[in-house]
Amino acid sequence: MTTTMNQPTDHSTSRHWASDIYDVFKAQGIGIVSYVPDAGHTKLINLCESDPEIRAVTLTTEEEGVALAAGAYLGGKRAALLMQSSGVGNCINMLSLVRTCSFPFLSLITMRGEWGEFNPWQVPMGQGTPAALAAMGIIVERVAEARDVRDTVLAATKLAFNSYRGVAVLLSQRLIGAKQFLE
Amino acid sequence: MQDASLMLNRRAVVRELLRERGELLLVAGLGAAAWDITAAGDQSRNFPLWGAMGGAAVLGLGLALAQPSRKVLVITGDGEMLMGIGSLATIAVQRPHNLRIVVLDNERYGETGRQRTHTASGTDLGAVARACGFPHVRTVCAENEIEGLRSDIHQMDDLFLAVVKVALTDDPLVLPPRDGAYLKDRTRGAILGPDSILR
Repeated sequence: MTTTMNQPTDHSTSRHWASDIYDVFKAQGIGIVSYVPDAGHTKLINLCESDPEIRAVTLTTEEEGVALAAGAYLGGKRAALLMQSSGVGNCINMLSLVRTCSFPFLSLITMRGEWGEFNPWQVPMGQGTPAALAAMGIIVERVAEARDVRDTVLAATKLAFNSYRGVAVLLSQRLIGAKQFLE
Repeated sequence: MQDASLMLNRRAVVRELLRERGELLLVAGLGAAAWDITAAGDQSRNFPLWGAMGGAAVLGLGLALAQPSRKVLVITGDGEMLMGIGSLATIAVQRPHNLRIVVLDNERYGETGRQRTHTASGTDLGAVARACGFPHVRTVCAENEIEGLRSDIHQMDDLFLAVVKVALTDDPLVLPPRDGAYLKDRTRGAILGPDSILR
């Protein structure tokens, strides 16, 4: 199998898009980052875990991150939730909290089940992700090019915290690179 | 039949635990726990949930991490805690020194027809919490243990969970405000001051 899909499609910059997200977190005062890990989020998770000013919280299931973010906001801290698209379905009822209470909520979601997917089990939730989020009133943005990551995540963060809404940024599988199981 | 050893009255327990509570921040899980804290006196430091089942404890974690200088108490029921059982591991790993969780365990889904929860068949939420890494866990079955629990809520400088075995009772509904945005804003206002919601 080809390995070219493993690489980010944009080679115009040497800087990894995960560093751009981390910079936005720092500039926007994100103090708690929770996640169920995804390979696509590895670099960002490492950056957050090595930052003493960011509390990195590993979750057992993604919906915990929704409630965690709500509690953090009650106490005056901004949180972000990192997950893979397969985790979106786990969050659905907990997103009631965001909508009913008008909590700001920011989630960065690495997509599976689309561009070059190898694992058929990832496809249903991946394809259902935008509709599932929209059904719960979450504003959905998508980014497919590395050069757009910074602006999109910055805009999403401002939208979430300035307008008291849930905003999800879908980081497309084309950006991350399809997971390779075979050489 | 409910186990005859479950004699504690949940309303009396909650009223006693919240006596002279001072600045204590309080999150309640949906259903009877939310009615219980409201019966003890609704106020801006209460954040009662009307939904988000399974989220009460981990919402308390977020609040505790954001406000490390304040004590945060989560009061919830056994059914709600069972739905968020994985969050006990998440919370234990973070080990916020200012978070305490009280599970009012009547071994039933009280709001939906008193169906048995797993705790009626032997699931021990205290043992689960201990196995998840909670440093302090206790099960409370007697009235003379409540004052000690109340004291620890204020004095203890470490994460703990208490399972309080309570009787199945038919308590009058005492409902907190339903508007979630209002509940959020009043709690933020109480913690962060009026500017946090007016700006």
